[in-house]
Amino acid sequence: MLVEVLFYVFATILIAAALAVIISKNPVHAALFLVLSFVTSAAIWLLIEAEFLAIVLVLVYVGAVMVLFLFVVMMLDIKVEEHRRGFTRYAWLGWITAVAVIVEIVGVVTARRFGVDITRGAAPWPASYSNTQALGSVLYTHYAYPFELAAVVLLVAIVAAIALTTRTRRGLKRQDINRQVNVQSTDRVRLVKSMDAKSP
Amino acid sequence: MAEPTLTWAGVAPATPEIYLVMALCAVLLVEAFAGEKRRGLADTLTLVVLLVGALVSAVYGHVSERTTLFHGLYVADELGYVLKLAGFLIVAVTLVYSRAYLEQRDILRGEYGVLCLTALLGIFVLVSANNLITVYIGVELLALSVYALIAFDRESGVAAEAAMKYFVLSAIASGALLYGMSIIYGMTGSLDLDVIAARVGAGHASLGVIFGLVFIVVAVAFKLGAVPFHMWLPDVYHGAPTSVTLFISTVPQLAYFSLTFRLLAHGLAGVTAEWTQMLAPLAVLTLIVGNFVAIAQSNLKRMLAYSTIANVGFILLGFIAGTPAGYSAALYYTLVYVLVALGSFGVILLASRRGFEADSLDDYKGLYARDPLLAIVMLALMFSTAGVPPFIGFWAKLRIIQELWVTHHNALVIIAAAASVVGAFYYLRIVKLMYFDAPVTNAPKPAGHFGARVALGLNAAAVLGLGLVPGPLLDLCARILH
Repeated sequence: MLVEVLFYVFATILIAAALAVIISKNPVHAALFLVLSFVTSAAIWLLIEAEFLAIVLVLVYVGAVMVLFLFVVMMLDIKVEEHRRGFTRYAWLGWITAVAVIVEIVGVVTARRFGVDITRGAAPWPASYSNTQALGSVLYTHYAYPFELAAVVLLVAIVAAIALTTRTRRGLKRQDINRQVNVQSTDRVRLVKSMDAKSP
Repeated sequence: MAEPTLTWAGVAPATPEIYLVMALCAVLLVEAFAGEKRRGLADTLTLVVLLVGALVSAVYGHVSERTTLFHGLYVADELGYVLKLAGFLIVAVTLVYSRAYLEQRDILRGEYGVLCLTALLGIFVLVSANNLITVYIGVELLALSVYALIAFDRESGVAAEAAMKYFVLSAIASGALLYGMSIIYGMTGSLDLDVIAARVGAGHASLGVIFGLVFIVVAVAFKLGAVPFHMWLPDVYHGAPTSVTLFISTVPQLAYFSLTFRLLAHGLAGVTAEWTQMLAPLAVLTLIVGNFVAIAQSNLKRMLAYSTIANVGFILLGFIAGTPAGYSAALYYTLVYVLVALGSFGVILLASRRGFEADSLDDYKGLYARDPLLAIVMLALMFSTAGVPPFIGFWAKLRIIQELWVTHHNALVIIAAAASVVGAFYYLRIVKLMYFDAPVTNAPKPAGHFGARVALGLNAAAVLGLGLVPGPLLDLCARILH
């Protein structure tokens, strides 16, 4: 009973936050509402006993991705009004998508009528069951090989990013500590006879 | 899962991959600490790594029969053993050819070797893949390394454009591959290719499996560069630095042969009739477009790109035969193509100078008078691709046509033979330019590094020698795919 109440509370917040993401005029507000919708989805995932995924959602998406996203939005100083111009031209596409999605949702909800019951939840696990452990044991034993390879893919991404973007320009002025320490006064100061010294 | 999964005995057949990962990390560290001071050190080290790798995998990587490791995600068999050895050696040869070229363009940096090694790792993963997840990771590892290699020369706008084109189009192909895989997974309930083979092989392939198959065929055709999914290939071959073109036109072909073999001929063997039917029009179009468009090219790199497309048509024909003998003919053709492509792009690399790309057909006019070695090598290679008898390319074409004849694909035999005749024109035109035309006055005199010239000479000798004694390689291909 409590779980159902919680679900509806979180679901309402989630839908409201998601709506606010697309309605709010200020991109920073939209990004913050997206954070709210991530957090509420994480709460809903907790309700279906996917603890690990819920934590990862908060850590990765809220903690890392969205913060970066906010940085970008704030730095770019996007002129919202300019982008709005001509936006309504594509409204019909939006309507078609919306209708299609609504039809699909109705189809899923009423699927039970056609003898396919996908809305029935799985039986709850015993309290000792650890979602994280189950995921970990599959990931690090059965899928250890692709897991390691995925690490190499990340390494390739790092190497490629560095190889393609770091520039060591020629003629760049750099400090050379050795030369700085060993410098002699004669290297820096050159005494010349003044032109005026001769004249008197 | 109580059994210890990662014992040495359990992973020994995966020695090439394990070695390669450790070695590439070592090269990366050497480059990070010593790369600034000693240019080319990491490049030499990469070469050593590859040769040692060939030795290590020759000794430890051999398996007497087909074994699966890592819970069925990895398969070790004779095919994988041979292709990995070939991979090590071919990448080593590409590095020997590329060295001078990279130095002349100031892009001889350690990351080049590292990215070649990671691409090679992706190839190994594909060669030994026995699960859709492994296949996908292999495809992406190879593709990501290659994107970076194509854009490696940061001064070149054309290279950046080529990399961007390849990246975007390849992403679409990856999408098609994933889509097909997910449908196959949905229909068979497994990602394991052995299990998929057992479930699809039951003889009652559903419409769903065939629907998924379409997407997989599209992705495979894109990777191979078969018409009509070939648009990226000429631009990428032309735009990339020639050393990278040499790389992407050779070693990945081994992986894509393996991709086609493992996915279609092994995993989806139950629907062989369906996918051969899909590949047949692709192969015919590939042969026609590849050969005819190549005639119109004035740039040698572009011409060789279309020649690659035409060769891919022949490899597909081997698969269309749909028998183990046909697959072994396709494997033989792939190995022969790689050997010849290695030499052809090698000649372009050695004929290039600082600030001068020898990629226009005019640059080859009168090459014999200026550099007899390069001209003789190119002669052997062009005769081979054209299919002139004493050279190896003749046997490759003959085997494919033979297998098509045995399996009663008579129309395809005629098209393949006709396409070879058309192809002979533009290959022999190169020979004519080199031997019978007057040199263009201001073409610089080629003078390359000694090691690369020796390697190129050996390469051409192999093209002739394996053509005179074709038995061992043919037997090998027949044996590993019985």
